[in-house]
Amino acid sequence: MSTFMETLVHGNERAFKPESLTPMQKLTLKYVVFGLIYYGFAAIEGMLLRLNQVQPIESIFYPKRYFAMLTAHPLVGIFGSSYLLVFGAFTFLVPYLLKKPLWSFKVANWTLWLIVVGVFTFWFDGFLTHYAPLYTLYWPLPADFHQFEPVAGAIFIVGVALVMVGTLLFVLNVFKTLTYTPAGWGQQPAGRILGDALGLTTLRNVLTGRMRHSSETDHLVGLPVAAIARGTVDVFLNALIITFSGVLILVYMIGEISGHSLKTTAVDALLYKNWYWWGLDLVADGLVLVFVAGTWYLLASLITGTDVFMAKWARFALGLELVVSWTVWSHHLLSDQAQPAMLKVGSGEMVTAFELITQGLAFFITLVTLYKARPLAMTNELKFLLGGLLGFALAVPAGIMQADAGLNRILHNTQWIVGPHVHVAVLVGLTMTLYSAVYVLLPILTNGAKLYSQRLANIHFWCHLVGGIGMGAFMGMAGLQGMLRRTIYYNGEYRPYMILAALSGALLLIAFACFLVNIVMTLGLTGAVGLFHKSDRPVEELLPGQVPEPVA
Amino acid sequence: MTKVDSHTVLWGQTIMYTAYCLAIISVMAWFAVRITKPRSSREITPRVFYVWVGFLVILGVSLHLFTYNTIPWVKDDLHGSKNFVAAYDISVGDHKFAWGEGNPQLQVPCGKLVKFSVTSTDLTYGFGLFRSDNSMVMQMQVVPGHANDLVWTFEKDGVYSIRSTEYSGPLGYQMVEKDAVKVTGCGQVDTRALGATR
Repeated sequence: MSTFMETLVHGNERAFKPESLTPMQKLTLKYVVFGLIYYGFAAIEGMLLRLNQVQPIESIFYPKRYFAMLTAHPLVGIFGSSYLLVFGAFTFLVPYLLKKPLWSFKVANWTLWLIVVGVFTFWFDGFLTHYAPLYTLYWPLPADFHQFEPVAGAIFIVGVALVMVGTLLFVLNVFKTLTYTPAGWGQQPAGRILGDALGLTTLRNVLTGRMRHSSETDHLVGLPVAAIARGTVDVFLNALIITFSGVLILVYMIGEISGHSLKTTAVDALLYKNWYWWGLDLVADGLVLVFVAGTWYLLASLITGTDVFMAKWARFALGLELVVSWTVWSHHLLSDQAQPAMLKVGSGEMVTAFELITQGLAFFITLVTLYKARPLAMTNELKFLLGGLLGFALAVPAGIMQADAGLNRILHNTQWIVGPHVHVAVLVGLTMTLYSAVYVLLPILTNGAKLYSQRLANIHFWCHLVGGIGMGAFMGMAGLQGMLRRTIYYNGEYRPYMILAALSGALLLIAFACFLVNIVMTLGLTGAVGLFHKSDRPVEELLPGQVPEPVA
Repeated sequence: MTKVDSHTVLWGQTIMYTAYCLAIISVMAWFAVRITKPRSSREITPRVFYVWVGFLVILGVSLHLFTYNTIPWVKDDLHGSKNFVAAYDISVGDHKFAWGEGNPQLQVPCGKLVKFSVTSTDLTYGFGLFRSDNSMVMQMQVVPGHANDLVWTFEKDGVYSIRSTEYSGPLGYQMVEKDAVKVTGCGQVDTRALGATR
């Protein structure tokens, strides 16, 4: 067998041995595998949409199909890829950092499969039936049965509901792991642990003036786990709102299917838009920012081997970000004329501007933590972390600009929103942070598998960074020239920008292909298949031979 | 002197954001090189952190104060000014705009406050005015069951198309009314909005 085939089948230097993995390691890696598969779905789908923006191909991407793809694209990207990667990493990291077994391995397994099946259900339904209300679901579009089949919509909503059930199980597992008392352990102070994780200790220190003299040793829960707990609060609230909206839409669908059409005017479209955006924004302006800040702190700490700079203020900023995330939704309604001006200015502009402060603090604290520990080797995890930091440094100010009443009047629903803000935040900021975490966790989760090619990792980094920033930039330029999102242009109105954005998109695909080849060659095909064989080791073991010690 | 319109504002934004992007990319590139080098004697103190916090607070708040005082439409918009000289009622339903027999070209006075009132009979749509080069003048959301009123002062003469700016299903992309609005009276012509088809 040639060296290439040998590596492809058995992995680099045969270093990866799946039979040596604990159930927790295997489960986490399965989350990563499915997260990357769905990233591939979203990336290929995004590239097809992008090509259609260069030159519409009506015979293939006719409007119904195009908008069905546009509906599935962000949902697969967020729930199928980002949620699975983040939930997988945190399902491992929470017990790993707490030095305490996961509350329920079975629940973590259910979370994985519910999300995998749920995402596939709504993606496949959209592919077959062209149900296309977009992720925004503006009332009464999802219940407009002149345009969409109610059965198609009902299957789509069931898919989303499965994802939400999986999500709620993740929330349960995180908080139970924090607070429960494992068998043989001394009674854990559940209330105090929970309060500390959610920021009550810091709040008490601020209110009593003891903030100045407080230190990390005062806390029962470390900074990264506190970030995970606080972000998980937004995961919970978001899942409740999406589930509630889904049930409402489902009621209309069931009514239609059973011949009892319900009046869509019974639901106030603006009120609906407010509660839906309140919930939806807990992802974009809540859990993503909190989780990302927490991950930056963890990565910076692991890379440098030092404590996080100004850790008490980092904690404070995480709590502030959580509160801010509950009150910023109105920036999505700055162009809704019936929305009260008080909400537009208060929630839409001023509170939203706090995100510049909270993210700016996380950015600064992470950079200083790294800077103080110099000289550092430019490892894969470090360079991807810097890429992630740059992504948010570019995307957050773009978001603050569109969350301005004056600018929103000429930016709302243009490619500016989805380019320099959304795609740069998700692809460069979030995804590069996640890649950094993947590079940190890879040797831990694989018991020392050796990365196949540093050159492929470098190509992955540069193609992803340049492609992500380039795509956002060219979309933004088109947006400033008036190009809308969520529509089709048939007369080549913005073609030069779209060609450049498509070339940038192609770089992103090349980056992903390099990463995928590198991982497959690192683990080998037999290694990848081996992940799905049951581990003989006890589920309490996080790493081979490491069962968390009981704490009195 | 050229009046400030959406085109001017967007140019200002483009210059500022591009400058910022180039600056932050340069800083990060410098930082990436710097952290691989041995440390110097100078250390970062908490004082630098507090200065940074102050800078962020000032920056966050001042952006909105700056735009409130420099972008011409913000005050009328947020205060819902009633001093308009003309009002235009437009209805949207079944993916079509309608405002009278055959949708005649709307004649709008330049340099004076006017009001566009758009109502939807079924779905959530958008209402936007666009120049002949497809750049945007302004837009708003059109939510069913609510008044959707936008007051506006045109600073230049021109001919503008109406386009729905919100997704309303696969038919929504067709919602364009070419050269539906004609603005006259300022003398200064918007050269990007000359119109052609009506």
